[in-house]
Amino acid sequence: MNLTTQYLGFTLPHPFMPGASPLADSLDTVRRLEDAGASAIVLRSLFEEQLLHEQLSNHRYTDFHRDTFPEASSFLPEPNDFQLGPRSYLEQIRRIRAAVKVPVIASLNGTTAASWVEHARLIEQAGASALELNVFSVGADPLEKAGDTEARTVELLRQLKARVKLPIAVKLSPDYTSLSNFAAQLTGAGAAGLVLFNRLFQPELDVETLDVRRVLHLSDSTELPVRLRWLGVLSAQRDCSLACSGGVHEPVDAVRALMAGAHAVQVVSALLKKGPGELTRLIQGLTQWLEEHEYESLAQLRGSMNYASCPDPSAYLRANYMLMLQSWSSDDQPR
Amino acid sequence: MSENETVMVDGNEAVARVAHRLSEAIAIYPITPSSTMAELADEWSSQGKTNLWGAVPDVVQLQSEAGAAGTVHGALQAGALTTTFTASQGLLLMIPNLYKIAGELTPFAFHVAARTVATHALSIFGDHSDVMACRQIGLALLASGSVQEAHDLAAVAHAATLQTRIPFLHFFDGFRTSHEVARIEVLSDQVLTGLIDTEAIAAHRARALTPDRPVLRGSAQNPDTWFQAREACQPFYAACPDRVQQVMDRFAALTGRHYHLFDYVGHPEAERVVVMMGSGAEATHEVVDALVAKGERVGVLKVRLFRPWSTAAFVAALPRTVKALAVLDRTKEPGAVGDPLYLDVLSTLAEAALPHPPKVYGGRYGLSSKEFDAGMVKAVFAELGKASPKNHFTVGIVDDVSHTSLQWDHDFELPHPERVQAVFYGLGADGTVGANKNTIKIIGDETPHAAQGYFVYDSKKSGAMTISHLRFGPGPIRSSYLIKQANFVGVHQFQFVDRLDVLELAAPGAVVLLNAPGDRATVWNRLPREMQEQILARALQVYVIDASQVAREAGMAGRVNVVMQTCFFAISGVLPRDEAISCIKHSIEKTYAKKGAEVIGRNFAAIDATLKNLHRLEVPGQVTATHARPPIVSDAAPDFVKRVTAVMLANHGDLLPVSAFPPDGTWPTGTSKWEKRDIAQEVPIWDQALCIQCNKCALVCPHAAIRTKAYPEGALAGRPASFKAVPFKSTDTPGFSYSVQVATEDCTGCRLCVEICPAKDKQNPRHKSLEMAPRAATRTDERADLDFFLKLPEFDRTRVGLDVKSTQLLEPLFEYSGACAGCGETPYLKLLTQLYGDRLLIANATGCTSIYGGNLPTTPYTTNRDGRGPAWANSLFEDNAEFGYGLRLGVDSLHRQAESLLRQSATAVGDELVTALLTTDQSTEAGVKRQREQVSALRLKLAPGSGPVPLLFTLADHLVKKSVWIVGGDGWAYDIGYGGLDHVIAQNRKVNILVLDTEVYSNTGGQSSKATPMGATAKFAAAGKAAAKKDLGLIAMAYGSVYVARIASGAKDAQTVKALAEAESYPGPSLVIAYSHCIAHGYDMAKGPEQQKRAVDSGVWPLYRYDPRRVDRGEPPLQLDSAAPKLPVGDYMREEARFRITQNLDPERYARLVKLAQLNAQQHYAVYEQMSKLVLPRLP
Repeated sequence: MNLTTQYLGFTLPHPFMPGASPLADSLDTVRRLEDAGASAIVLRSLFEEQLLHEQLSNHRYTDFHRDTFPEASSFLPEPNDFQLGPRSYLEQIRRIRAAVKVPVIASLNGTTAASWVEHARLIEQAGASALELNVFSVGADPLEKAGDTEARTVELLRQLKARVKLPIAVKLSPDYTSLSNFAAQLTGAGAAGLVLFNRLFQPELDVETLDVRRVLHLSDSTELPVRLRWLGVLSAQRDCSLACSGGVHEPVDAVRALMAGAHAVQVVSALLKKGPGELTRLIQGLTQWLEEHEYESLAQLRGSMNYASCPDPSAYLRANYMLMLQSWSSDDQPR
Repeated sequence: MSENETVMVDGNEAVARVAHRLSEAIAIYPITPSSTMAELADEWSSQGKTNLWGAVPDVVQLQSEAGAAGTVHGALQAGALTTTFTASQGLLLMIPNLYKIAGELTPFAFHVAARTVATHALSIFGDHSDVMACRQIGLALLASGSVQEAHDLAAVAHAATLQTRIPFLHFFDGFRTSHEVARIEVLSDQVLTGLIDTEAIAAHRARALTPDRPVLRGSAQNPDTWFQAREACQPFYAACPDRVQQVMDRFAALTGRHYHLFDYVGHPEAERVVVMMGSGAEATHEVVDALVAKGERVGVLKVRLFRPWSTAAFVAALPRTVKALAVLDRTKEPGAVGDPLYLDVLSTLAEAALPHPPKVYGGRYGLSSKEFDAGMVKAVFAELGKASPKNHFTVGIVDDVSHTSLQWDHDFELPHPERVQAVFYGLGADGTVGANKNTIKIIGDETPHAAQGYFVYDSKKSGAMTISHLRFGPGPIRSSYLIKQANFVGVHQFQFVDRLDVLELAAPGAVVLLNAPGDRATVWNRLPREMQEQILARALQVYVIDASQVAREAGMAGRVNVVMQTCFFAISGVLPRDEAISCIKHSIEKTYAKKGAEVIGRNFAAIDATLKNLHRLEVPGQVTATHARPPIVSDAAPDFVKRVTAVMLANHGDLLPVSAFPPDGTWPTGTSKWEKRDIAQEVPIWDQALCIQCNKCALVCPHAAIRTKAYPEGALAGRPASFKAVPFKSTDTPGFSYSVQVATEDCTGCRLCVEICPAKDKQNPRHKSLEMAPRAATRTDERADLDFFLKLPEFDRTRVGLDVKSTQLLEPLFEYSGACAGCGETPYLKLLTQLYGDRLLIANATGCTSIYGGNLPTTPYTTNRDGRGPAWANSLFEDNAEFGYGLRLGVDSLHRQAESLLRQSATAVGDELVTALLTTDQSTEAGVKRQREQVSALRLKLAPGSGPVPLLFTLADHLVKKSVWIVGGDGWAYDIGYGGLDHVIAQNRKVNILVLDTEVYSNTGGQSSKATPMGATAKFAAAGKAAAKKDLGLIAMAYGSVYVARIASGAKDAQTVKALAEAESYPGPSLVIAYSHCIAHGYDMAKGPEQQKRAVDSGVWPLYRYDPRRVDRGEPPLQLDSAAPKLPVGDYMREEARFRITQNLDPERYARLVKLAQLNAQQHYAVYEQMSKLVLPRLP
């Protein structure tokens, strides 16, 4: 079965790849992922806050103690080779590039066009094949209009584009007022692809200590529908690469994502739970499904059920919700 | 000739740049003020910098200077070109080996930043007492007086030792030269190659120990031969001076700078001449030039080679016309005929038998970096001109006891209209010194001028003040003393205007730059009257900027350095404004290239915003101030504090006469309370309604600046309206009230108390019982509240349990120290004084603990209302365990003596009281109290004169048990003092040892110790330490007779209290190792307790108590107080810059080290876990 797909300008043998996660932290795991068939490797995100915070806190907690006391001109050595910044990240890109043949996609996570975007250049120099810009913006500033939030991200993308030649995919959250319009702005600004959607830390309240903690739960297949909706809509509207990220645990989940229009399927939770071998199972499962359903190739299936092609496009929109409510009889209510 | 490359460096770097290139093996150990040389050598070797012959010198750290000297001796014997760096006590520790090295005629040059040897007090500053303790060894002693000379003569020393086979101690003045930044001409590799005799190197190799040509050294000789054999070396000493001169001549041919064994400067027919060595000779040279220009017949003879002394060269250098010689020594040899240089000059002249020998007068100057300025030099020449000059005089102090001192003109300064002389008052933390070092470099790079920077720090580790003295102008600058008349004064912190006379040094018409927060229009009126008067009288041009605001807006809160630096260039006219700004930016880019674009960007933003915020202050024609500068200490302070301490606090300690001081270094305790440093911008505010009275805030406070107290409700009568109190939550003490009180003027604003506070507002959990808030405008209220709190009755010690909460109701007898904001050590010391302060003797190893514990002007150990409190002493760094053991020995002797005398006085005292005194159980507070009452009763019966055994009266207090604690850091306990510590715990005496383990030599700047954990970078382990931390506790447990505990109060405070109490109660030796977070770990100290918890949770710092008493009870002696490691060690490590740097340098190596550290933690835990199950055999 021909599972070939085009993603961010790369011809991939199939759509499955590990999504941005700690999976790529270990070279050993990366090799196992490649052996399991990964069509690309996505590195974990390098965070804007992490980069700035490390710079500023290093400045504060080392430089600020210099020349303060007669017996010590400083309190930590400053070796010449020392260079703050994403050094270990860049090193990891280099090592993965050397170890695997598949495209290596680096990931940056941030929201403002500040000094940290310079790191994109270093990422490109380190040998990344593509860049994922992971945007997670909580609209909590009452003074910032929706359009301003979007404009900020578009500007950030422009700044990155100005610095690197790499194809850039923007990884989004579903929380935009007008995602279609925003997607158009992003592709207009040069985004080669969109990754739907990110799943980041969510707040959890500790009722004993009265603290808010950040937690990350692994996904399951129930997270797929919101992605299907937007894959279906955007694949009908935009001519860019689309990746489904989150909610794919079974081959049939992948079938759905691909039918909705995804070019690539990123998997994290399933791999974290079951190991790199899970990729092989998904690839084989997809192949088997396509064969059983007598598809000629993946290309025949991809996008076949998107907003433009599916029999009932209204199901992607608000009507979907209405119908669900109407069909929800009292008997179905959980007891 | 050299290529004339010049650089701006300090003396230490100038020397290290030579020593590293001319050495193959370097053995190091940190000691102020020489540490920088060792650090640089280590850093350069770790970067792969090679020596003159293309190999990277092997730099190794030892456990002490004695160890370094032993290693040096070995490396030399093996034939390597070897060096080391040291000072003061470190040099003294090397002496035994130096005798050997010299006795074996071994070429060896090493470098000493000459520093005061501790006598009545320690001093980190400079004089020649350390070097003079080496004059009898058989070393050559070569003195440098400036940064350039230190660079040059370092090379001469390395070359000459090879030529002469005499080991060379090259020295230069600690701080004055080691820390002065100046422009020097660098010796190129070609010059060094031209200077070093390769044949002499070959000869050194040929003498090396090798099994290929075996010889024996270090034999033992008998009376028949030793004497003759010792004399056999004499020809080498006889030949040495001429050979040194030959090297100096060769050096001159290579560089154009010609040195001599003695360099004379002055009138060729001088009648009055000063003989001296070191940096003081530069000041004298400067004055001589000025006096000779006026026609005076004066001169200075600079001694370069002090040993071996050349009578011939001395006599040849001295003009024949000299009638009076003043020989100035920078050391004191009590009881001698005179100080060493003076004696040598006297003998020289006696031996030379000149037809008209000059009269010789000895003088002493500059001990412990005491200023030696132009006015003092002038006074010496004036004295020599008198009919009967004083002999054995001192200059630079007022000696109203032995009347040795010369009077001098304190305001005299040689006019230097060609120079810019600038003085800057800053805080350590605001970056002023760094910016000034940078300014010097810029001026050095951009102008042909000479530049000199010298930086004066106070001895506090938090809120420390710095005063920078910068001179620029046509060279050379020989002014080896502080500026007296500045044409630029920068006041980088506004609070100084009310604390210090910051315009003291402002010359008439000088430019003054003032960082003044708030409304510019009100600045003039916020100045104290004295300052307004100075501005008007001297027609000063004052510029103001709210630099803190500019820095804050640029995202550089608290860091005003680049803002003030930009202002300096903008208004001083040293460089064209735009050029200067582009230079500052360029240097920021260079300095912070490694630190990231954001740091650079924010600094640039601050620079760009500076000029539009800089304004000339409009000065009204008259004084309008409504306040004068407040007194330095409160009127309530004791007489000594007002008379002596306050003068030191006002920066005028130089003016105190000899009679102001105790002759033996004894000093009153409890003085820090009078120094209200007022350094916190924000302080904790207590919301009493939310408080759960856990007292954790008081426990974590490093400065005892937040305290808790429970007291009878009735004591609240007459409280200030602002004083806060709530009912005390305790069923045992009904009718009590409770308060948390902040000493806002003593708080450093570290936020530890706020971070630890668990009491949250249920409605709004962001709000806690303690919150930081900007200092209130109503400081009067804060003072009144604190006064009232301190006068409230103390909690009855006999009713206090040993839980954390209760201990914090006890009065701390360690308060307001100069420790760093957020210090991880001081909370343990404070707790110790709360538990046992009224009967505590502390033996304190040198280090942070001794600096914040005992550095003047004010000290933190204090007394309770009965006048009892910790008695504290620092002996040395290396001997502290033995010193504390000695204290125990002494205390026990007196106790036994008192008991014996008591038994002998039974008739007079009464059997009942004697028995009670001899048998009272003093293991509880109640017991101690009872014994004290019994001692009082005994005293009444022994009223002087009436008792049968008068000695008992003076010894009666020794019937009350004393608690001896030996305190120090890991540098002492794991390294330099380990041998002694090991011996002391092997005895069965009751001493307690508290190791405040910061895992580095914190005080000298974070050098690696054997306590440094795997993976951490530290100086001397710049790549990240590959070896595991030494398990001191496990080693001590091996004795089986030592109480051992490992504690971390931030992780488990109850265990800390329990361990200290058990250690105190244990009848033999105890060792308590306390995790102490430190600024050298590189993170926010307010998160210290959180990080301690991570250390414990990851197994890096397991908590345990090993109590040998449990063996007798049939229980395992080891109790583990922390659970099996559950947090990955990497998660602990990633929070601290010391580990992140290692990671950054080599991620793969770091990953390996993290794995090893993880394994190490698990292995150690496995061992402890096994041990905690072991029940040991016991006597039936």
